Amino acid sequence: MKMIRIIAIAFAALVASFDATAAGGGDYDHAPINIRDTASLQRGATMFVNYCMGCHSVKYMRWGRLGEDLGLTDSEVEEFLIKGDQTINDQMLSSMPYDQATEWFGKAPPDLSLTARARTADWVYTFLRSYYLTEQGWNNTLLANPAMPHVLWELQGIQRPVMETITAENGETRTVIESLELDEPGLMSPEEYDATITDITAFMAYIAEPAALDRLAMGPWVLLFLTVFTFLAWLLYKEYWKDVKK
Amino acid sequence: MAKPASTLSKNVDALGQWVDKRLPVSEFWKAHISEYYAPKNFNIMYFFGSLALLVLVNQIVTGIFLTMHYKPDAALAFGSVEYIMRDVEWGWLIRYMHSTGASAFFIVVYLHMFRALMYGSYQKPRELVWILGVLIYLVLMAEAFMGYVLPWGQMSYWGAQVIVSLFGAIPYVGDALVEWIRGDYYIADATLNRFFALHVIALPLALLALVVLHLAALHEVGSNNPDGVDIKANKDQNGIPRDGIPFHPYYTVKDIFGVGVFLLLFAFVLFYAPDGGGYFLEKDNFAVSDPLVTPQHIVPVWYFTPYYAILRAVPDKLMGVVLMGAAIFVLFLMPWLDRSKVRSIRYKGLGSKILLTVFAIGFIRLGMLGMAEGTPAETIESRVWTVVYFAFFALLPIVTSMENTKPVPERVTT
Repeated sequence: MKMIRIIAIAFAALVASFDATAAGGGDYDHAPINIRDTASLQRGATMFVNYCMGCHSVKYMRWGRLGEDLGLTDSEVEEFLIKGDQTINDQMLSSMPYDQATEWFGKAPPDLSLTARARTADWVYTFLRSYYLTEQGWNNTLLANPAMPHVLWELQGIQRPVMETITAENGETRTVIESLELDEPGLMSPEEYDATITDITAFMAYIAEPAALDRLAMGPWVLLFLTVFTFLAWLLYKEYWKDVKK
Repeated sequence: MAKPASTLSKNVDALGQWVDKRLPVSEFWKAHISEYYAPKNFNIMYFFGSLALLVLVNQIVTGIFLTMHYKPDAALAFGSVEYIMRDVEWGWLIRYMHSTGASAFFIVVYLHMFRALMYGSYQKPRELVWILGVLIYLVLMAEAFMGYVLPWGQMSYWGAQVIVSLFGAIPYVGDALVEWIRGDYYIADATLNRFFALHVIALPLALLALVVLHLAALHEVGSNNPDGVDIKANKDQNGIPRDGIPFHPYYTVKDIFGVGVFLLLFAFVLFYAPDGGGYFLEKDNFAVSDPLVTPQHIVPVWYFTPYYAILRAVPDKLMGVVLMGAAIFVLFLMPWLDRSKVRSIRYKGLGSKILLTVFAIGFIRLGMLGMAEGTPAETIESRVWTVVYFAFFALLPIVTSMENTKPVPERVTT
């Protein structure tokens, strides 16, 4: 028993120290998403096909799978989500030709299948809320000089940077963006816009790992089974070991 | 009293005898399972050997199913893993069992090795058990490294780039050696293809052979125990150790309980945090490998980071590689570095206890520093713990031969 206690303490200390190290990373806003909220995923899907898929593909995802997971029939998917001449069995590809896209933007718009996993959902959520307009055009505090303009500006309105001059330790001064401020309101209020971005982020988190829906649905049952199994195994162990412990 | 045997059971017995005359099945079962006498005082640290075997089986079985869908081709590999994750029935479960299993393997093996350090399980007559174990650990590291390259994400690619280039530090032959390992002038399709071959055939075969030898050597000398008492020194009139109990059924039922607890933790990670908080599956590896874009921060998976920290602690590349190799090689010498009259930490002196504790803290701390960004302060701390790591092995012969030990009991304690 003493051994178990030592291990438990060591484990707790280890977990605590890892949390302390992990806390240092990333200054992203927390994305309040719930990928098990089907309505949120449906709203996100609508926004995504309208605003993102003009340029971006989701090549690892099929329309049919999307319909199954989002509680939509094939005809609903075809009617509301598929824009080009694709069928339910096709991958979610943008109709924009890759070669021309490279020419137009300098760099083809990346496939978004795994963006929420490679960059995290918090990054996506923060990125889509961090565009601002200057005389040189659209820019973003999270990703400087992005190839992508602010495609949602009509909804959000126009944010402008609030500059601040800071003096470094060596006496040099430089101006940095202190915060962003809404200069011209868009079609949505800031709360509505954040809620919409939450839906889009949730949808992107879902397409990055559709299996998450399966594993979250299955998890409790597996753990329940294993709890019963382990309990029975413990009873069996106690029963056999009566001979040894006497 | 007993009912006369049925025809069926007579036939089964006859078949058993027929086989036994030709193949020593029941003899094997007796020698290694039902009449293999293990000390009765195993504690929680003794679960990790059987758990390592369980995880090995998990890796092999899930690995077989993964190879049915995976494409070892630089153009297709990344997409085939996503295909497994999305379009293959239960593919996501198989893949997560394999990827979580890799980390679980190292957790279990590290605890198993630490158990050996605690109770002196490497001491005479178990030197070969220990040496075979360290060889398993070495092959496991190679196996895990090559497995991590296969998804062909950014960390697969750049991790391979960093690790393979280490061989370039070897004087004279370094560059040629690196080219020979890669099979190309950079990490490319040829590299992926050969790493796949090594990962699914060569190294698993070596691993299985070593595990068989590890167990054969163990069963020859018998298991150690938390007291380090030699149970074979005290046998009853039938030649059975008084403190020994047959492995089956006693340790089989106990290990099944251990398996249950392990699977609960394993399933929890698998279903609720399959990327292990970014430690088991690094997020950069969800971006397809790109030879033109170097990730900002290349970190090996957590189980390699203690050695990575030692490598980075040394300013000179060759010396870093030498020291990293020495950090692993020195483990082979354990049986001869420990000069203590007793095996278990329970009866060793305070010096041994302090040494082992500081070593364990240092190993964990090096692991954490190996994932950090490598700021100057972190580099200095890595150097301190690198010295501590080697100091453990350097001081062990001195401390263990000088310190006072407590008397070891005749029989095992509970």
